[in-house]
Amino acid sequence: MKEYTFFPGCSSEKNASAANMEHSVQALCKILGIQLNEIDDWNCCSASIGYAGGGQLPRLAMSARNFALAQQQRGMTDLVATCAACWLAMRETAERIEHEPQVRADINIALKEADLSYEGGIKTRHLVEVLIEDFGWDALKAKVKKPLTGLKAAGYVGCQTNRPFGIAGESFENPLYLDKMIEATGATAVPYAKKVACCGGALMFTEVEKSCALVRDLLQCAVDNGAEVIVTPCPVCQLNVEVYQDKINQLFGTNFNMPVIYYSQLFVLAWGGSWEDAALHQQVVSAEALRRFA
Amino acid sequence: MAYDLSFAQDVYKNSEMGHWIKMCKQCGVCAGSCPLGPHWEYSPRQLFQLVRGGKKEEVLKSSSMWMCTSCYNCIVRCPRGLPITHIVHGLARYASVKGYADPDQVTNRFATKIFWGNIVSTGRVGEALLTMRLYFVDGLASGIKRGLEMKDSALGMLMTKRLNPIPIRGKIKGYAGFTAMIAKAQELEAKREAGA
Repeated sequence: MKEYTFFPGCSSEKNASAANMEHSVQALCKILGIQLNEIDDWNCCSASIGYAGGGQLPRLAMSARNFALAQQQRGMTDLVATCAACWLAMRETAERIEHEPQVRADINIALKEADLSYEGGIKTRHLVEVLIEDFGWDALKAKVKKPLTGLKAAGYVGCQTNRPFGIAGESFENPLYLDKMIEATGATAVPYAKKVACCGGALMFTEVEKSCALVRDLLQCAVDNGAEVIVTPCPVCQLNVEVYQDKINQLFGTNFNMPVIYYSQLFVLAWGGSWEDAALHQQVVSAEALRRFA
Repeated sequence: MAYDLSFAQDVYKNSEMGHWIKMCKQCGVCAGSCPLGPHWEYSPRQLFQLVRGGKKEEVLKSSSMWMCTSCYNCIVRCPRGLPITHIVHGLARYASVKGYADPDQVTNRFATKIFWGNIVSTGRVGEALLTMRLYFVDGLASGIKRGLEMKDSALGMLMTKRLNPIPIRGKIKGYAGFTAMIAKAQELEAKREAGA
């Protein structure tokens, strides 16, 4: 059993938009022998869009409080995030605490108000990195009980799992790990030119039509390449690409009905988990195309 | 419009990552890499040159900075390694704090008021309340219209247990300390932004 400190983030809470990711991540960890120790009383990472209301220091202080709690509760154990935005915010905060003494000092003045302190040092990792580095491709393949042979999947990496930090060892323009994950389950990764394109992120809330146009192109590219399903690591991508398909069909006269799932759901299904273990009952666009493997 | 020669100096000193603007070589890779590029009044490249030229009002009243989706493509492609996303975020914040940004610009309103207000009111995002606040920001009638347009999706989210039917959430346990921490950080931030 490998143990990590865990920061699930707001979208992974019960009755929140990425509840399907969280449910499948827990199932994945159970099969693989990972224990995720959730930070008690964590707060929001402030996400990217927090820049305008939060500015620099209040925004960074939010992630610093999570680091401080993690250290208090779990020492210097690696901190794992599953949400792209949380992971990015934690990485950015860690980098600035390490490299900017003034930021580090100011953050600690703020943290003191909550009786906390943090000087840096905890490594923040994405669950994808844990799977690749601490388990490895052979171990991920060895767990397969029901190979997803014949399933055509488009690997949609998106932005914030890929930039500005990215998964260790991958390129910004053509990261390969997600295609390799799809192939590791026995499925086929179709060519997908939009793999690192943007879904609009938080601007789906405000610039709806502009963002829907981006997602329309993402969906069309998947359809054009014969994909039956889009697979992503990012909860913002998953939500935007899945849930706005109705709106996109209204806006552009299209007829998309493309399931969008997490890599964790794909693994759990291939590793012999049930439809419910993989949280495939929690899809807004039905993932029936995968039923033949359940 | 008048030139404000102190503007560039103030941005370099007091806007987050603003000093990097000096390093821009005007190649335009940022503009060509932006997913919403065609919708920017001025591209990042143009914004940076306008800052250097002292065009304060053109920059700060522009809707440009509010077009950033935070995709970070400009950052990884900039040949000079400028943290463009953060510079643009910084300029948006600067325009908002200094009172130049249109308070009704949709993303300004969402990011500065609705989203930030949502997270600091409990310590975590309350997605259901966030969505409702956003839909009803222009009043009841347009809120109901927006809600109805998205009703199938919202129903789908409810049915799959990915949206809380009760849009109210409790505060984190350490909320008192959390709030005190944010207040102190805001106090230090205000001093920094005023150039103190």
